Amino acid sequence: MIFGIPVQALMGQLLVGLINGSFYALLSLGLAIIFGLLRVINFAHGAQYMLGAFAALLLLNWGGINYWLALILAPLIVGLMAAVVEKTMLSRLYKLDHLYGLLFTFGLALAIEGTFRYFFGASGKPYAPPAQLTGAVNLGFMFLPIYRGWVVIASLAVCIAVWLLIEKTKLGAYLRAATENPVLVQAFGVNVPLLLTLTYALGAGLAGFAGVLAAPVYQVSPLMGSNLIIIVFAVVVVGGMGSILGAIVTGYLLGVVEGLTKVFYPEASNIVIFVIMAIVLILRPAGLFGKDA
Amino acid sequence: MSALLSVENLQAWYGESHVLHGVNLTVAEGETICILGRNGMGKTTTLRSIMGILRKRTGRIEFAGRDMMALPLHQTARAGLGFVPEERGIFASLSVEENLMLPPRVAPGGMSVEEIYALFPNLQERRNSQGTKLSGGEQQMLAMARILRTGARCLLLDEPTEGLAPVIIQAIGEVLQKLKGRGMTVVLVEQNFRFAAKVADRFYLMDHGRMTAEFPVADLPQQMDLLHRELGV
Repeated sequence: MIFGIPVQALMGQLLVGLINGSFYALLSLGLAIIFGLLRVINFAHGAQYMLGAFAALLLLNWGGINYWLALILAPLIVGLMAAVVEKTMLSRLYKLDHLYGLLFTFGLALAIEGTFRYFFGASGKPYAPPAQLTGAVNLGFMFLPIYRGWVVIASLAVCIAVWLLIEKTKLGAYLRAATENPVLVQAFGVNVPLLLTLTYALGAGLAGFAGVLAAPVYQVSPLMGSNLIIIVFAVVVVGGMGSILGAIVTGYLLGVVEGLTKVFYPEASNIVIFVIMAIVLILRPAGLFGKDA
Repeated sequence: MSALLSVENLQAWYGESHVLHGVNLTVAEGETICILGRNGMGKTTTLRSIMGILRKRTGRIEFAGRDMMALPLHQTARAGLGFVPEERGIFASLSVEENLMLPPRVAPGGMSVEEIYALFPNLQERRNSQGTKLSGGEQQMLAMARILRTGARCLLLDEPTEGLAPVIIQAIGEVLQKLKGRGMTVVLVEQNFRFAAKVADRFYLMDHGRMTAEFPVADLPQQMDLLHRELGV
């Protein structure tokens, strides 16, 4: 017992928090990368997450392609679709007010989610975890479902890999520099329009990856993204718009805070993230990791 | 002398505002020219238009025999033009070394990193610092150094001495002399013509979006009256 709470319950909620946090981190990371370079608030992010989950489901049902391949293929498919959207539509809006990018991606999300609802209905469809990751291990103080442990590890690994890509590679240096001054970077001979396309594809691909990870945990449904995306936007605001590290750390942190709230004061668990967002906006408007603070 | 860079009847606009009214200029291979003029006369705009950063422009810009007007911005550098902006454009989210390595190589014959560090020892000492933590003079050195790495044939240099201490200005002058020795072509925009007189081969005087005078450095003494009148120095 800790503070009158059974250890099992506490650890259980901590794990739920970490898992939710894994999705928050992956999704807010993609949003942060896209916002940093494109200055677009990507409202289609939830739909791209849903597309990732559906891609995994359809690859399995139509092509018999297993989870492990889907984990690679689905993000590529979502990223490719995003690249086409950026090249043919979104890129035409950069010269206009940022509001147009937001409106466009919002409309895109509605169109994608509506289409999937029309063809697949609103109810959730199960997606079985791979055989290697079924079952649970006894950690002594609690049973850990193996798939849930995998979600935390996989998302952490991908977040770290993306962070390294941005902070330690030449491509990442282009991305950071172009986030500050795209015109000068282009004047140096870097194909910035291509960089924008790749960045949007990377952000969307991360959402697609999160979608595949989520498929066995939550059910696959056309609206699974729109339920989550509002929380993820709150995470991004708390972390600081465009801050890569902020998005990752805040994602896990708020997931855990949400989980702990479920233990200590369950009534507040649905709103605790938004309360934190309000407090952060009052005290540090640029976010916990924002550079303008 | 054949021109490496030639600009004919270049007109340019910021939005509705017509700022260049037919600029003509030629630069021979290996030559250093300097554009003099008061603030707001279109010197920076001329460089930005040649580089292709300012897209609303008409006229003809030819570099190394290529028509530059049709090229997208990221291909201007690939053609061999290197740009050092007035505000220096050092990236805060990159280290000094990352700033230095950022511009892609566009041609063989650029300086090696060792040569650059030999020329700018301060940059080597501070290569792991954040780019914008450098002093103003060091940032100017870095802004020039990163273009020298790329193999660019022609350097567009916008007010390199602005706001810098005399000892730094002297160092920049020495760097420009060395570059001349290596055959680099330079288009320099400068208000400080005492500095420019030490490095430039030829001068253009710019007024209200046009070149109003052109003379070689040897004629500078005869032109002093004109310069005093035009530049108010």
